[in-house]
Amino acid sequence: MLTLFLILYPALAATLILLFRGERVKQAALVAALVELVLAGFAFFSFQPDATSQFGFDYPWLGTLGIRFSAGIDGISVLLVLLTGLLVPFIILSTFNRSYERPSTFYALMLYMQAALVGVFTARDGFLFYLFFEAALIPIYFLAAMWGGENRIPVTFKFFVYTIFGSLFMLVALVYLYYQTPATGLIPHSAAIADFYKLKLTPEAQNWVFWAFFIAFAIKMPVFPFHTWQPDTYVESPTPATMLLAGIMLKMGVYGLIRFILPIVPLGVETWGKTAIILSVIGIIYGSIIAIRQRDMKRLIAYSSFSHVGLMAAGVFSQTETGMQGALVQMLAHGINVVGMFFVADIIFSRTNTRQLDQLGGITQTTPKLTVYFMIMLLGSVALPLTNGFIGEFLLLHGVFTYNHYLGLAAGFTIIFGAVYMLRMFQKSMFGPTSSRTESFADLTTSESWVFVPLVVMVFWIGIYPHTFLKVTEPAVANLMKYIGTTAVSMK
Amino acid sequence: MLPIVLLSVFGIVLLFLGFLKSKTVLLPAALLFLLITLAANFLDWNKTYLYFNDMLRTNNLSMIFTAIVLGSAFMVVALSSSFIEDESAQPAEYYALILFSLVGAIMMVSFENLIMLFVGVEILSVAMYVLTGSDKRNLRSNEAALKYFLMGAFATGIMLFGMALLYGATGSFTLAGLDAYTANPQAGLSLLIYVGLLMLLIGLLFKVSAAPFHFWTPDVYDGAPTIFTAYMSTVVKTAGFAALFRLLSVSFEGVYSFWWVILAIITAITLVIGNITAAYQNSFKRMMAYSSISHAGYLLIGLAALGAQTKQAIVFYSLAYSVATISAFGVLLLVAQQRSTQTFSSEGASDGVTSENFDAFNGLARKNPLLGFAMAVSMLSLAGIPLTAGFWGKFYMFSTAVERGQIWLLVVAVLMSAVGIYYYFRVIIAMYFREGALEPIRVAPFYRYVLLAATILTLGLGIAPGLLQGLF
Repeated sequence: MLTLFLILYPALAATLILLFRGERVKQAALVAALVELVLAGFAFFSFQPDATSQFGFDYPWLGTLGIRFSAGIDGISVLLVLLTGLLVPFIILSTFNRSYERPSTFYALMLYMQAALVGVFTARDGFLFYLFFEAALIPIYFLAAMWGGENRIPVTFKFFVYTIFGSLFMLVALVYLYYQTPATGLIPHSAAIADFYKLKLTPEAQNWVFWAFFIAFAIKMPVFPFHTWQPDTYVESPTPATMLLAGIMLKMGVYGLIRFILPIVPLGVETWGKTAIILSVIGIIYGSIIAIRQRDMKRLIAYSSFSHVGLMAAGVFSQTETGMQGALVQMLAHGINVVGMFFVADIIFSRTNTRQLDQLGGITQTTPKLTVYFMIMLLGSVALPLTNGFIGEFLLLHGVFTYNHYLGLAAGFTIIFGAVYMLRMFQKSMFGPTSSRTESFADLTTSESWVFVPLVVMVFWIGIYPHTFLKVTEPAVANLMKYIGTTAVSMK
Repeated sequence: MLPIVLLSVFGIVLLFLGFLKSKTVLLPAALLFLLITLAANFLDWNKTYLYFNDMLRTNNLSMIFTAIVLGSAFMVVALSSSFIEDESAQPAEYYALILFSLVGAIMMVSFENLIMLFVGVEILSVAMYVLTGSDKRNLRSNEAALKYFLMGAFATGIMLFGMALLYGATGSFTLAGLDAYTANPQAGLSLLIYVGLLMLLIGLLFKVSAAPFHFWTPDVYDGAPTIFTAYMSTVVKTAGFAALFRLLSVSFEGVYSFWWVILAIITAITLVIGNITAAYQNSFKRMMAYSSISHAGYLLIGLAALGAQTKQAIVFYSLAYSVATISAFGVLLLVAQQRSTQTFSSEGASDGVTSENFDAFNGLARKNPLLGFAMAVSMLSLAGIPLTAGFWGKFYMFSTAVERGQIWLLVVAVLMSAVGIYYYFRVIIAMYFREGALEPIRVAPFYRYVLLAATILTLGLGIAPGLLQGLF
């Protein structure tokens, strides 16, 4: 039942918020999101670390077709539910110094988005997953296209068509899988993900199902060469929407790889997994190099995010336990870091009206608080030991390295390149002489500080004591790996 | 059977009501008649009857289709209030023709004999030819009516020829007779069967505007008064697909291997032509015309992959498509009327250019949130986005193809669905993201309720598609 509540509550809260007017909207949205955080936190801390699905809810939705509204939290979804619950209140808080036109619609869309995201991460029925996967697109599309930058209409439209295009292939694959499940009693077939796991597909079928899923998820993450929508969309969207996109939404893709591709088409992964890893590694290096060349802070962070996500995909396809664990922890860590980084970019933009590094500089002179917080988020991003990024990247690289030494080595460049572009960004914007735009740069306000405090706490918590998070995912990942190992053999 | 009698009587009554010269009576009367017919339709629920020497058969499926066409007609008539305000409008005739045409539509969904199918198609078509040309002063409307009539008559001829050939081969006009012949061929099937079936299919595919028999569609949809375009694109199509389904599933399952390839190719062509051409349109109404061609393509998927799911798929798709289309045309009607640039020449004939371009929708959502929302929901549904009825319609259709293993057809459909999103979203972009400094559009209360009902139905079926299940 808790899961159902986690999904429906934000949607209901959003509908209520539509009735609010004026400044009260922000506060109401924040309170609503904090309640969801408490619920998600409760789910996380009371989760029993084993391989089962907990707090479940199951209801025949299209009963005669065997399609069910079935949702629950297992060791893989629990971190993502926590991430969604954690980030949304701080994304909302980060907007407190801003005012948006038609605020009730703005905040309601954010909460609708949250509902859909939780739905994606907890669905236990293939079609329910698809439904939420697509439903998440609609609020973010409107957020980006209504409140975005000058070029928002074509850019967000491209994003929308691109991702829907990918998802449609997933729909075909899901329908196919559905028809492969055996009939049980009066019900013709089943769409339960657990039943998909039991299928013994032919190698040919596995190959095309692999691609149908992979294209959908690769576009979402995005993996090279499906990434062309991403930087523009990140730049043109209003920052809270960018945070949702980079912080949570792209995790839908990585989650999909773990939930669908690996267990359902192990032979497909065996055939095409290497291609997928190579694409991911190309993305890592390509994204990093382009990030180094960027002058626009938001665009730089967008490309860095593209590069980081490539590493997550590579880790998942390495099919090692460490790689998988790394991907899960890194999803959490990356979400926290990227929201922090985008927030810094947003603060700088709101005070100087520019994101161009050439026009910034010397901000440290007036802003002790911002400097410290920015530095901590940045160190998390470049994976300094004792920060959250380190844990994730270490595990991921270990996984990829186990899979193939050369690919592991190539993927390792992400750390070096990451340090280059991140430190360069920090240096260009914060140090050096002040420019006319940064002379009277005001330090963080109280509400802005309150966004950073919990993010920084999480950076160190995950970095120093990752056990809190790893122990929760460990049994589910071990179980999944064991399962993949045995089914791949049995299918041959 | 009862609906056919009632509609015929009510149609005549409406013509007489026209003598009152009061437009205020006609609309409520027409709506009431449609409601009565809709209620009467369900009196025979769960029973099967044969009428007219076994020429018509009513069962739950035919009643569901009848309900869809009656419901669509009800919504179209309800949205026609602003259209008949025009001084030159002849509402008594329009409504009577709509009621008469419904008789034809009901015959098409419940025929048991090819002759009945033919009569039904003709009753429906002739009424449509007249309604298309009903905007007498508009040159485009006149042209459209003539074009529709000429091409329609041609298609009818081909269809009738096909029926004659089928009769020649089997000696029977009944569905059961055809089935008996094709299911148990003695010493091979006559060539006449194949040629006859093909010609019959061409006639019906013309009516549902499937490619390559779609050429009339854009001009006719564009030229006809918007309210009748809405009627045409929903009722005619639903009746046409019900007839195709009945024909193919009852009589020609035995020769499935012959016709499925043809239908599958036609499906692919229809999907490609409909969607790609729709993406190029600047007029919303023409876009809807091509989109209606593309939806014929989606519906054909279910027929080409005829199986256990097809019945359900066609019913659900027809309903989802009809509701969304009527809602979209309903909004267009108001927008075009109140943001009109129509001009009349000295002879009294208009150039027929109204504000039916995408630009006419600019900023609509800000000034009229309800109209914007209704339109957005209907566009999302037509595009097949989840949480709307259109998604499940597509889902059912795709399912039938997967069940038959026609993956290639599905890939075409998926690619074309992505193209579809492009043009449906142009309206949403115009309404929500573009500026339009115009007066809000006035919406009559009743009109508002109809649009609201259509929107709720679309969303309701999107969230709980199971509501319809178990009915048939």
